[in-house]
Amino acid sequence: MWDYTDKVKDHFLNPRNVGEIENPSCWGEVGSLACGDALKLTLKLDEKEKIVDAKFLTFGCASAIASSSALTEIIKGMTLSEADKVTNQDIAKYLGELPEQKMHCSVMGREALEAAIRNFRTGSTEPVALKGRVVCTCFGVTEEEVERVIRENTLTEVEQVTNYCKAGGGCGSCRGEIQRIIDRIQGVAAAGDATPQRPKRLTVMQKIKMIEETIDREIRPSLVKDGGDLELIDVDGNRVIVGTRGTCASCPASPITMKELVEAKLREFVDENLVVEEEKI
Amino acid sequence: MKRVYLDNNATTRVADEVFEEMGPWFTEEYGNPSSMHTYGDRAGKAVRKARERVAALLNCSPEEILITSCGTESDNTAIRGTLESYPTKRHIITTRVEHPAVRVTCRHFKSHHGYALTELPVDGKGRISLSELEDNLRDDTALVSIMHANNETGVVFPLERIAEIVKSRGCILHCDAVQTAGKLPLDMRRVPVDLLSISGHKLHAPKGVGALFVRHGTKLSPFMLGGHQEGGKRAGTENVPYIVGLGKACELALKHLDDENTRVRALRDKLQAGLVARCRDPYLNGDTMDRLPNTLNISFEFVEGEAILLLMDAVGIAASSGSACTSGSLEPSHVLRAMGIPFTRAHGSIRYSLSRYTTEEEIDYVIEKMPPIIERLRSMSPFGRSAGQ
Repeated sequence: MWDYTDKVKDHFLNPRNVGEIENPSCWGEVGSLACGDALKLTLKLDEKEKIVDAKFLTFGCASAIASSSALTEIIKGMTLSEADKVTNQDIAKYLGELPEQKMHCSVMGREALEAAIRNFRTGSTEPVALKGRVVCTCFGVTEEEVERVIRENTLTEVEQVTNYCKAGGGCGSCRGEIQRIIDRIQGVAAAGDATPQRPKRLTVMQKIKMIEETIDREIRPSLVKDGGDLELIDVDGNRVIVGTRGTCASCPASPITMKELVEAKLREFVDENLVVEEEKI
Repeated sequence: MKRVYLDNNATTRVADEVFEEMGPWFTEEYGNPSSMHTYGDRAGKAVRKARERVAALLNCSPEEILITSCGTESDNTAIRGTLESYPTKRHIITTRVEHPAVRVTCRHFKSHHGYALTELPVDGKGRISLSELEDNLRDDTALVSIMHANNETGVVFPLERIAEIVKSRGCILHCDAVQTAGKLPLDMRRVPVDLLSISGHKLHAPKGVGALFVRHGTKLSPFMLGGHQEGGKRAGTENVPYIVGLGKACELALKHLDDENTRVRALRDKLQAGLVARCRDPYLNGDTMDRLPNTLNISFEFVEGEAILLLMDAVGIAASSGSACTSGSLEPSHVLRAMGIPFTRAHGSIRYSLSRYTTEEEIDYVIEKMPPIIERLRSMSPFGRSAGQ
């Protein structure tokens, strides 16, 4: 039924540090009623910026309440600089684990902590720092926040990003953009560790083989996920002719996929002079 | 610990009488109804008797009853079978508050097969507009699929009036009556609906069996192929024990129909009055006039549904919520959203659904336990103090 660890259940049924500190040293507030969860964190610091008390008020599901409770337990006794290093993963680990679709609860805890620290350092009372461009307008999630959850939690799929920060969970119109952010971050990361050096000059057979491998490894998985597919039909010099299959064949966004996904990947992994053309049936 | 089950719109307890009657059909009378021997003959007769009992609940002839594996299969059979029978008609009408079995299937025909789809909106109380239905009927409307009562709010649509309007234009009408069978009278001789779905486990039969009423003469392409069973409309060896169970459950449902509308209704009304009086800021969701006698949907603002359910579960009370957090999605219930209920109220909605087994003592227990649960969560909520001011 409820996919929660005993620790989550305990922190939900017996939450620690519920309430609001009077005259707090600093506070942070994130979320809203409309979003389905919200957290107000108040902190009391001593003269050495050590957190001597932390209290929370949370509107949300069981894991939101448990994450808030865990957060206050984790940061009590830390200095503000130590607390600044706490991640959503620390909160999730403290609770044993959280179901993936509830990871955004741990992210909310980290965001509230950040807001409180910012409040102390700059006096800002902005509930959420809307730094950068908003990617998901339904839940007001910025590009920076999306990038951060992808990096900190090594996310590879749009659905995971939605589970971690809600982006993409409303109307869904930003899901393509989230995918591109994932591709950018994980693509760069992968290239960073182990991209084989491209040989200077390829034989025709080598080129075809590399194109096929790149399609299999880098392109096909994301098309198949949406019910589509791609077939290599011919390679003529630097012209790569492909045919779209499945849902891709009727997809109005197919020309964009060709340029932004297929051509970009083939240029990245095979040869920067390649031009992809779609065979029309 | 005391346990109170108020989630009967999700599923019901199998009636003892039903369970008992099913038993021998597993262990002694296990024949295949198609077989040419006494085993087969007895199984065949049992299925026939069960079909008669289902027909009696709907006041139709047994030949008009198609047995399926569940309500979802009944809905799929009705929608797919009708659309395939009228390939030149390319328009479907349904509502925004249908069960996913209907909603997703209709949307599938829009997105994958290019059908035009009209989803009728509902007002703040969850009611559709009959004139809007009338205005949207077209010459190429293949199917109108409208539920009888909503599973989340219990709001009942005026099936008779809907049937009159749809049939006056000669269109096929399917009705998902999964939530009403056994709770409200269903008379197929009086209401000219063409197809009507019911589900066993919503009326004290086990999960895994359902039925579809198919009016004589209604064109319906079979969905399951590969056998002569169910008059060629649904291939597959009959699930004899479950069909026997469904028959018995329908017989009991007919007998308890009065009880549902008197005793169960009174208990639901008592629960509603008790919670409204004792909990701060309750909001009743949906029309309270035309409503299933067993269903109550209340929102508690400033608290979240999953948290309420878990605290209820901790004191042994089972119910359900339209909160996003109970569904795995981030958007709260599509039904409450279609009604224009603000997110803030949809997140804290709780559905209580009673049955013939619900007792007054249980209702008193729930009325006693709910207010402290709501207060406890509100005291934890940053918005809690806005409540009641």
